[in-house]
Amino acid sequence: MSEVAPPPIQRRAIALVSGGLDSMLAVKVMQEQGVHVEGVNFFTGFCVEGHTHAIRKKDQDKDKRNNALWVAETLGIQLHIVDISEEYKDVVLNPKHGYGANLNPCLDCKIFMVNQATLMLNKARELAGEKGFDFIVTGEVVGQRPKSQRKETMPIISRESGADDRLLRPLSARNLPPTLPEREGWVDRERLHGFSGRNRKPQMALAKQFGLEEYAQPAGGCCFLTDESYSRKLTDLWTARNERRYELDDIMLLKVGRHIRPAPHYKLIISREEGENRFLEGYRYQFTSLTTASCPGPLALVDGTLENEEQRHQAAAIVARYSKGRGDDQVVVEMREPGGVARELTVTPAHPDDIPLAWNVG
Amino acid sequence: MAEQQLDARRLLCPMPVIKTQNRVRELERGDILTVTCTDPGALNDIPAWCRINGHEVLETRESGHDVLITLRVGEARSAL
Ligand code: SF4
Repeated sequence: MSEVAPPPIQRRAIALVSGGLDSMLAVKVMQEQGVHVEGVNFFTGFCVEGHTHAIRKKDQDKDKRNNALWVAETLGIQLHIVDISEEYKDVVLNPKHGYGANLNPCLDCKIFMVNQATLMLNKARELAGEKGFDFIVTGEVVGQRPKSQRKETMPIISRESGADDRLLRPLSARNLPPTLPEREGWVDRERLHGFSGRNRKPQMALAKQFGLEEYAQPAGGCCFLTDESYSRKLTDLWTARNERRYELDDIMLLKVGRHIRPAPHYKLIISREEGENRFLEGYRYQFTSLTTASCPGPLALVDGTLENEEQRHQAAAIVARYSKGRGDDQVVVEMREPGGVARELTVTPAHPDDIPLAWNVG
Repeated sequence: MAEQQLDARRLLCPMPVIKTQNRVRELERGDILTVTCTDPGALNDIPAWCRINGHEVLETRESGHDVLITLRVGEARSAL
């Protein structure tokens, strides 16, 4: 009588799902090997997803979907979205490994996210034992990003996140030492990949092989911190406040409108179209706001304080400059305090020369 | 079986999804939750999140600037 081998235990992995192609492929490679995968997606406050699309009209024909959710649905995995925006501040403000080309602390960011996933794994293991998880998967590719995905940085992420050899990168595994899931035979190393460098062709070929025809193509990175203009606005905020800190509202507002700083102690955030208007509307009870009353025009928030009548007129004239009445001699601007008290200011719209380029923070 | 409300107005996606997810975690299978949002993106994201995680969307509707999504909590399937 031949012995029947017990059915193999289905191994379980937590995958970091950004919404981009690489993490999508990494999950798919695991699924092909019979691994049960669940996704986590971290909300840092700087994510490019969703909001901006919902805010700006020009983006409205684009799908307003959240890419991470869409990836999860396409692959048939559960997805847990975790708000790490509070703890993430320390990553942005004090990155041990420094910044990339802009204010993107990619290496610290990766370490932080993998660490969060490791904590989730440990906790699930404690609570659910066998129903917990065995290892962590990311879509990282060696050499793809100048800073965070160099060959030397891969072990740093594994080590400093605490995931150690429970961290598997299915797309680049063949370029790296075997990890626990490979050594234990939970996954077959031979069927993992050895992608490296910035060339995206192998990923695109793999996507095709899997029949994945549609996927998001993030340019540059997965968040606003890789954006030059955004980083400039964030730096300006810190300079103006004499202090490196931010609240969630601050970094949301940096994604919207034209930002003009006539003086160190105040900045105007001026909507550029209807969607931004509606978005800024929601902040009127927190900020002094300006709108044109005698003609259609933008809504502007005052971040900081207008200290005297001269500054109030200056702000009103700048707002009038971006209204339909910019060619008029006089425009009436309504200034409303957060509490609702409003008054009217009659101003001559600012001439473009009155708004030096240096005031434009992005 | 509880019927609950969640106010996620003025939050931008994915915050309404995160709030929904965290509330659902505290509910029992069969409970009903109605989420009120102002970000129209929630009309896509919350139902997608429900489909992925095994909850049933009973109704979505718009009322003024608000969008309301009513869901029935499914079986908890994850250890996370
Ligand atoms: S681009 Fe942004 S989210 Fe992506 S690793 Fe860098 S800092 Fe983190």
